Amino acid sequence: MAEALLAALGALAANKLRAALTALGIFIGVAAVIVTVAVGAGARQQVLAQIQSLGANLLVVWGANVRLGGVSMGAGQRPNLSWDDAQEIPRQIAAVQVAAGTSRQQQQVVAGNQNWSTTVVATDPDYFVAHDWTTQEGRFFTNEEAMSGRKLVLLGATVVENLFGDEDPVGREIRIRSTPFEVIGVLGRKGQNPMGQDQDDVVIMPFWTARRSVMGAPRAFARAVGTISVKVHEGESMSDVEEELRQFFRQRHRVAANEPDTVSIRNLSEIAATRDASARTLSLLLAAVAAVSLLVGGIGVMNIMLVSVTERTREIGLRLAVGARRRDILRQFLLEAVLLALLGGAVGVIVGIGLAHTLAGVAGWPVLIQWDAVALAVTVSALTGLFFGYYPARRAARLDPITALRHE
Amino acid sequence: MSALIETQDLTRHYPSGEGVVAALEGLDLEIGPGEFVAAMGPSGSGKSTFLNLIGCLDQPTRGRYRLAGEDVAALPPDRVAALRGEQIGFVFQSFNLLPRSDALANVEMPMLYRGLPRRIRRERAAIALERVGLGQRMHHTPSQLSGGQQQRVAIARALVNGPGLLLADEPTGALDSRTGLEIMALFQALNRAGVAILCVTHDADVAAFASRTLRFRDGKMIEDSRYQPVDAEAMLRQKFQ
Ligand SMILES: Nc1ncnc2c1ncn2[C@@H]1O[C@H](COP(=O)(O)OP(=O)(O)OP(=O)(O)O)[C@@H](O)[C@H]1O
Ligand SMILES: [Mg+2]
Repeated sequence: MAEALLAALGALAANKLRAALTALGIFIGVAAVIVTVAVGAGARQQVLAQIQSLGANLLVVWGANVRLGGVSMGAGQRPNLSWDDAQEIPRQIAAVQVAAGTSRQQQQVVAGNQNWSTTVVATDPDYFVAHDWTTQEGRFFTNEEAMSGRKLVLLGATVVENLFGDEDPVGREIRIRSTPFEVIGVLGRKGQNPMGQDQDDVVIMPFWTARRSVMGAPRAFARAVGTISVKVHEGESMSDVEEELRQFFRQRHRVAANEPDTVSIRNLSEIAATRDASARTLSLLLAAVAAVSLLVGGIGVMNIMLVSVTERTREIGLRLAVGARRRDILRQFLLEAVLLALLGGAVGVIVGIGLAHTLAGVAGWPVLIQWDAVALAVTVSALTGLFFGYYPARRAARLDPITALRHE
Repeated sequence: MSALIETQDLTRHYPSGEGVVAALEGLDLEIGPGEFVAAMGPSGSGKSTFLNLIGCLDQPTRGRYRLAGEDVAALPPDRVAALRGEQIGFVFQSFNLLPRSDALANVEMPMLYRGLPRRIRRERAAIALERVGLGQRMHHTPSQLSGGQQQRVAIARALVNGPGLLLADEPTGALDSRTGLEIMALFQALNRAGVAILCVTHDADVAAFASRTLRFRDGKMIEDSRYQPVDAEAMLRQKFQ
C-alpha cells in the first residue's frame, strides 16, 4: 500500500503544474470551509460569551415607560416597579430563582484627585446572582449589610482603571456626591454587551444605602426601582416564566383585560441569540460557496484523470499484459485521484488555518478553528477524489489490452 | 507429452467497413514445451493477431485455444490475468518500458501484481537483469539506455516471473543487425534453459535461429517447417571478431 502511494505520488509529480492547478479547486473549497467555520464558530463563541456575561436565564422587567438602554421617564408618569415587587416575585413564581430590584443613575465618582462619570447600580445581593457577576478582588456585600444601609461599593474593572490605575482599590475610599464609600470588591470583567456598552463601567452599592445618600427620592417613590432582574431556575422554560411575570404585574397593577401591559419584559439572551442566528446564516451561505468550490474541484480532478488515462493508455495496456487485474488498474487510478484531492485538501487546511488567524489578527474578527470541521473538510476532499476519480479509473480498468497497447 | 499450446480452428475477425477482415482464419496448431518457433509472413498476414491470441491479450472470434491444457476462453478474468503475469512473457517491438522508471523498477513491475514483497522483487529483478547482461545498468532510465539495452530490459521484465512461454513481436525490428543477433543469442540461451519461444519476424535470417517456422498469408498458416537452427552465438563470434 505504501508503495502504491509512492507510485501514485510519482505519477502526480511527473506533472507537477497540472496536479497543482487541478488541486486548486479542492484547495479553495477546503480553505473556504475552514475559514467560514472558524469565523462562524468565533462569532458564535463571542455571542455565547456575551450571553454568559449578561447573565444566563435572565429576564429583565422594565417599567412600561422606561425604554431599553434609555433613562427618561415620561413627564408626569410615575415609576411603577417597586422594591416589594422584587421581593414578591420568587414567592409567587416557583420557577424563579432570584429577583433583584435595581435603580441606576449616572454619577460622578471621586477617588483622591481622580474622578470618573459612571453608572451607579443600586440593588441587593441577588443582583450578583441574577447577572452572574464574580469578584476578582474582595467580596460582595451581604444581605444584612445591604438592609442596614452600610456605605459599601463594588467597582467594575473600567472604574478601577480610571480611578486607581494599577493600585488595589479594596479597602480604599471613594466619594459620590461627597458621601464616602468603602470599596469592598472589584467585579470580574465582562466586556461589552451585545449593544456595545461597557458592562465594566459600573459601581454597585446596596439599594437602601443609595436611597439615603446618592439617589434621594420623594417619600412616595422611596421604594421605586427602575428594573427588576429575574433569574429563572436552570431547565425551566423562559417563555413560561415570562408569561407568568406578565400576569403577575397585570394583577398587581390591576390592569383591565382590554388594557395594555404596564411593564415590558426582555429576554436579553434572546437578543444576543438573534445575532448568533444571523452569523449562522452567513456561515451557511459561505458553506454553500465551499460546496460549489469542492464540486468544481472534483470535476477538475475528473477531467485531469480522464486526460491522464488517455495519455497513459499504453502504460495501462502494458500493465494488463504483464498480469495486472482490472481492479489493480482501478485502484491505481483511484489512488491517484484521491491523493490529488487530498493534496489540495491538505494545502487548503494549512492556508485556511493561516487565513483564519490572519483574519483574527488583522480584521479583529473572533475566529475559532474547529478541528472537527478540518477533519470533515479533509474527509470530504478525499471523498471528492474518490467520487470524481471513479469514472476515469473505471474507464482505465475496462480498457482492452491490445487496443491500449496499440494506442499512440 | 502434452502440448504447451494447442489451437483448433482458431479464428479472429475484425469488423471493417461493411464486411469483416479475417485477420486469422482456422488455425490448427500444436507447440510443445521448450520449442523455439518463428512466425513469418508479409505485413497484414495475421502474425500479430496470432501472437496476441496466444498471449491471452485478445479473444478469438471462433475456435479453441488451450494453454498448458487449460481452455483460456473458459477461465475467469482474474485467472487470465494471472496467466498473462506468470505463464507468459511478452516482448514488444517498441519495448514499451515505463519512461520514468529505472530498469530495475521496470523489471519489478510484473511482480507487483503477484503481491511479492519488495525485497524479493528487487532481488529477482536484479537477477533477471544480470541474466540479460545489464547488471551494471539497473538504475538507468530507458532514455539513458540504447535500443538493444532497452530491449534487454523488456526481456528481463518478460522473464522475471519465470514464464514457460516467451512471446516476442518483432523483437529485433528496431535494432541494428549486431544487437539483433545478440538478442537472438539470448533467446537461444533461454530456450536451452527450457523456455518455449514464439517469435514473430519479417526476417528469414532471424527465423533461422528458431527450430520451426510457421508461415502466414492472408490470415492462414500456409507452411509449418522444422529444421536445424543456426547457432546465434557462433555467428556473433564469426561476424564480429
Ligand atoms: N484492431 C483491428 N481492427 C481492424 N482490423 C485489424 C485490427 N488489427 C489488425 N487488423 C487487421 O488484421 C489483419 C492482420 O493484422 P496483423 O496486425 O495481425 O498483421 P501482421 O502480420 O502482424 O502485420 P505486420 O507485419 O505489419 O505487423 C490486417 O489486415 C489488419 O488490418
Ligand atoms: Mg504485426
